[in-house]
Amino acid sequence: MFSELSLLVHLAVIISIYAILAVSLNLVIGVTGLFTLGQAAFFGIGAYASALLAKAGVPWFVSMLAGIVLAGVVAFIIGIPTLRLVGDYLAVVTLGLAEITRAVFKNWIPVTRGPMGLPGIPHAVFFGFKFDTGPKYLALGLVCLAIVYLIAQRILYSPFGRVLKGVREDETAVQALGKNAYRFKMIVFVVGCGMSGLAGSLFAHYITYIDPTSFVMWLSFFIILIIMLGGLGNNRGAIAATVVFVVFREGLRFVKLPEWLNPAALQQLIFGVLLILTTLFMPRGLIPESKIVYDREQ
Amino acid sequence: MLRVEALTKDFGGLRAVDRCSFEVRQGAIHGLIGPNGSGKSTVFNLVTGFLAPTAGCTYFKEQEITGLPPFAIATLGIARTFQMVRVFRRMTTMENLLMAPEGQAGERLLLGIVRTPAVRRQEREHIRRAYDLLAVVGLGHIANEYCGNLSYAEQKMVELLRALMTDPELILLDEPTSGINPTLVNQILDYIRRLRDERGKTFLVIEHDMRVIMNLCDRITVLNYGEKIAEGTPVEVARDRAVIDAYLGG
Repeated sequence: MFSELSLLVHLAVIISIYAILAVSLNLVIGVTGLFTLGQAAFFGIGAYASALLAKAGVPWFVSMLAGIVLAGVVAFIIGIPTLRLVGDYLAVVTLGLAEITRAVFKNWIPVTRGPMGLPGIPHAVFFGFKFDTGPKYLALGLVCLAIVYLIAQRILYSPFGRVLKGVREDETAVQALGKNAYRFKMIVFVVGCGMSGLAGSLFAHYITYIDPTSFVMWLSFFIILIIMLGGLGNNRGAIAATVVFVVFREGLRFVKLPEWLNPAALQQLIFGVLLILTTLFMPRGLIPESKIVYDREQ
Repeated sequence: MLRVEALTKDFGGLRAVDRCSFEVRQGAIHGLIGPNGSGKSTVFNLVTGFLAPTAGCTYFKEQEITGLPPFAIATLGIARTFQMVRVFRRMTTMENLLMAPEGQAGERLLLGIVRTPAVRRQEREHIRRAYDLLAVVGLGHIANEYCGNLSYAEQKMVELLRALMTDPELILLDEPTSGINPTLVNQILDYIRRLRDERGKTFLVIEHDMRVIMNLCDRITVLNYGEKIAEGTPVEVARDRAVIDAYLGG
């Protein structure tokens, strides 16, 4: 049984993991305008890679790095054909990828144990320090989130990030300025998906049990909804929206609903309506992208 | 400086540009004119690599550039503006201008994240240059305004300044004065002349307004149905029988 405090800690851990996902996806969708629908795939790849290696006796830190790298490598391969094109190809291909990875997790039974999932994933251990309780893991999650947030902010305010925004606004004009848009798109896609892999790894070593149902398409949409409502291109908005949504989603479990009302369906219904309202009335989200001001002397 | 040879472009059965050859000399303001649909913008897109020619070649400073991707051609020193203005709307004027310079250290991911002294120094220098450019045309007050909020004329000016920020040798302007009021048109023309005279830039200009073309350009190439029908000084071209027929449908 959860005590109230440990429930709060649990919520906070989940928030830190989802916030990493939101910030990483924000770099790809919000800043660069690359619409991907399959972030669950990279989350899942990070989780499974990290979990399998750790179960095989590889130290946690190395397993986690491997999860990040594998997610990045898959993003690179997906990016080669899709990022050369302008348009919705990336959305379609990543949607397909998410289904393929889920099918692999479910059917590659000798490795992933399929629907039975992977139990007994080792806790994170770093230089002998074991992250085996909620508060300890929360510290780990927050440190990872802080690092990811810092990197994302630095990217956003760098000349590199400026080109990313340019790609979102007008890729043709970026090319006319002598920038290889493909290169910029590829780098940010690999980095963003690597960060999602990190979130997956954190998730696996926290819950210590994963199965294919953790990485369904609904997760991808949930994160997109978070960044759309929070503010495309604004990392603080993304994190704030993550807090609101995770609390709301978990809170819904404690609301006594009539028998005929399915909580999962209700949740999806509410989120769907929210997504439509946001798109119609606040297309840039609650906290829109902040303006970068350049003074003459700085 | 720029030489195109027998440039040809087919769109399906339509020949938009037909064995077109001309040369833009260094330091020239070269006009490219012709009735609607005569293939002027297509020539621009062929030269800058946004379209691949069906046949023919393009040379920039005696180096063949046919078939290179647009960003590679831009890096060689050819900048352009677009007929339908293409500014980054949800970015400020400064962001638009600062994106243009080549070889920015901060455009490498790691250097950009770490923000090394070299990155900051370069950035400061570009900021100063951008402010100077804005001051010259009296647009200092829109430096930190989102380009989507600017007037059409201001957007066109930002696009021109952005092209200049790449420090190009050759600038292709696609209708630089369309949709702009006459007083401002004169300012833009003066500015183009000064860039040529004081900074040695070369221009290839598409323009519909005959007064603008006649008074700005020192050499003009005339296209009709994708074919070059005349070339010469403004006075020569204005007297040319084929040109008069093409425009008046005689």
